[in-house]
Amino acid sequence: MSSAADKSKNYLNHEKGLWSWLTTLDHKRIGIMYMITVMLFFLIGGIFALLIRFELFSTGGQIVDADGYNRMMTFHGAIMVFMVIIPGIPAFLGNFFLPLHLGAKDVAFPKVNLMSWYCLIIGAAISFFSLFAEKVATGWTFYTPYSISETSNGAILLVLGAFVMGFSSILTGLNFVATTHRLRAPGMGFFQMPLFVWGLYSTAILQIIATPVLAITLLLLAAEKTMGIGFFDPKLGGDPVLFQHFFWFYSHPAVYIMILPAMGIISELITAFSRKVIFGYKAIAFSSVGIAAVSFFVWGHHMFVSGQSQVAGVIFSFLTMLVGVPTAIKTFNWVATMYKGSIQFQSPMLYAMGFLFLFTIGGVTGVMLAVMAVDVHFHDTYFVVAHFHYVMVGGTLMAIMGGIYYWFPKMFGKMYNEFMAQLSFLFIFVGFNVTFFPQFILGAQGMPRRYFDYLPAFEPLNRVSTVGSWLIAIGFLIGLYVIINGLLKGKKAPDNPWGAKTLEWQTSSPPPHTNFHEQPVVTGGPYEFR
Amino acid sequence: MSSVNKPRSEGGHAFHFDGPEHEFETTKFGIWLFLCTEVLMFGGLFVAYFLFAHKFPETFIEGATYLDWKFGAVNTAVLLVSSFTMVLSIYYAQNNKTKQCVNMLFITLACGFIFMFIKYLEYTHKIDLGLLPGDMFSFTGEMGSTNLGLYFSTYYMMTGLHGSHVLVGMGLIVWCIVRARRGEYNSKYFTTLECVGLFWHLVDLIWIYLFPLLYLVD
Repeated sequence: MSSAADKSKNYLNHEKGLWSWLTTLDHKRIGIMYMITVMLFFLIGGIFALLIRFELFSTGGQIVDADGYNRMMTFHGAIMVFMVIIPGIPAFLGNFFLPLHLGAKDVAFPKVNLMSWYCLIIGAAISFFSLFAEKVATGWTFYTPYSISETSNGAILLVLGAFVMGFSSILTGLNFVATTHRLRAPGMGFFQMPLFVWGLYSTAILQIIATPVLAITLLLLAAEKTMGIGFFDPKLGGDPVLFQHFFWFYSHPAVYIMILPAMGIISELITAFSRKVIFGYKAIAFSSVGIAAVSFFVWGHHMFVSGQSQVAGVIFSFLTMLVGVPTAIKTFNWVATMYKGSIQFQSPMLYAMGFLFLFTIGGVTGVMLAVMAVDVHFHDTYFVVAHFHYVMVGGTLMAIMGGIYYWFPKMFGKMYNEFMAQLSFLFIFVGFNVTFFPQFILGAQGMPRRYFDYLPAFEPLNRVSTVGSWLIAIGFLIGLYVIINGLLKGKKAPDNPWGAKTLEWQTSSPPPHTNFHEQPVVTGGPYEFR
Repeated sequence: MSSVNKPRSEGGHAFHFDGPEHEFETTKFGIWLFLCTEVLMFGGLFVAYFLFAHKFPETFIEGATYLDWKFGAVNTAVLLVSSFTMVLSIYYAQNNKTKQCVNMLFITLACGFIFMFIKYLEYTHKIDLGLLPGDMFSFTGEMGSTNLGLYFSTYYMMTGLHGSHVLVGMGLIVWCIVRARRGEYNSKYFTTLECVGLFWHLVDLIWIYLFPLLYLVD
């Protein structure tokens, strides 16, 4: 085996043609297919976001009526949650890098992996069909009784789509847990795994435990709407709040399905670009598991004003604040890793630092919302909207972008334009704050969320917010240009352009079909490969 | 590497595993995880059951009187027998007795049919009487409690979801029969048979909980 001939063969040219991609069992190719689909969905969801912001530029109707606004809001939420942020990191970057991190040749069940991609596509297709076929204006949460009393049946299609996409999520989680347990390279114990793997592992456990509950909830909702089974209908003895309990029992852990892998990426980025071994490896690893564990006991904080008992409210409030502890442990360890490191401000690191800044704001406002008395005031206002956008966009999306730039050379064997990537970051970071910081103020002043219109007093800050959304759009368009330009014209990337010390950089860029030229054997720690 | 390209019934395995043993253990681990998700999915319905039974105890006691416990008992016995024959089929596969293995799978499949037939009799009887879920409830006989429709919603959702799992299980058993007849299962390879078996046992187990909860609460 001459190494030159060996290196020219990689997963991208292992087989040829569109059909070889659509039927591939290679986790790296499936990861790339997820990348393309998630980027496409992000574009669609983003257009809805821009339209929403444009509509809110002034009081009164600009481009749509109230019904149209509700539909746009529903689709923005449903697309971004079910099709972008949930599959975004695990199914795309996780799929590509989990086996590489573990020194495995593939995930445990390659066919199941491909099937989960098709589940996402089929589920998304059903959901999009509801967009064109019937009106659905419930928001992505499908709260009863509105979702039941709504005359159109569009919600059934959207719910069915989410149900099918749930299977995609479950199957990915199952695959990752089995892979992590059974396919580690010889010599790799749990504490020789990189922290991204710990993040993915905790996420996968959440996907396995929480998503089936969403499945049954959506099934019950569909049965309620088609047959009137009465589970959520007080007229027949049911309870609409039961739906909220069921829904948030899934959907609050789902929030951590979105953020835990992002935290994993940040751990990798900060280690690589601070040129230090990560500070507090075990603390970060266990805090991922800790967040996953606590996440199942906090769903009631979505329901402080739904008439649950005061005692339950106090307990949920306390447990919610508890989430702040492992989260803070992570943040302090990241900052400690940067301390006295020789930090390189390349674009992935900029995103990591953007994450630290924005996610901290998102997290701290989360603790504020966990205080019941405060929540009664802020509930269903723009304060909440700003809070979760700081976590979802400022956290998860920042991590996805940082992860894409960080691993771009490994995935495609090419380098991207660093200057343009930094420019993209600048627009996204500034634009994001311009868009969402005013919403904290608007929320505190009492502007309710999900409304098509608002009082004239809120107009100036809404205008600022809308202008910010354009800056974000410019930032992401530049980002898209960076990716496409890098793919077409990028310089050839070395195997380890960043001097990073995790296992995936030991193989060639892009990796061969079986990931490593020789089976790696692990003898040291997770950040000691050089 | 040579063992990678061989068929599994001759000791082969997929390229990313170290050997057939590794592949078998991993697949079983995956199936157990999948069974966890099934339990959690049914768990939602069990929570709803206990909640409503707590809220309307008389309704749930009266509702159970409309079900015939004899049908339920026969179905419980049928599923228990089928679980036993499923185990036997794996035992015969491990001992290279293909013919007996196939026969046992056929008996398991037949049990599935009997179960679904009895379920069909029960359903049609209730539908004729108007004992329907929620809104559609149109029973006109004498009733002692309110919201009986909710009891039947619970009944149909639970048994319906369970019944759909029985149907899926039967489909999987047919697939196993086809593969077993081709001689693919032997002492070296019986992974899919074992996994389908585990799934079938879970379906059986869920029924064992459903039966007392729905038929015998009195």
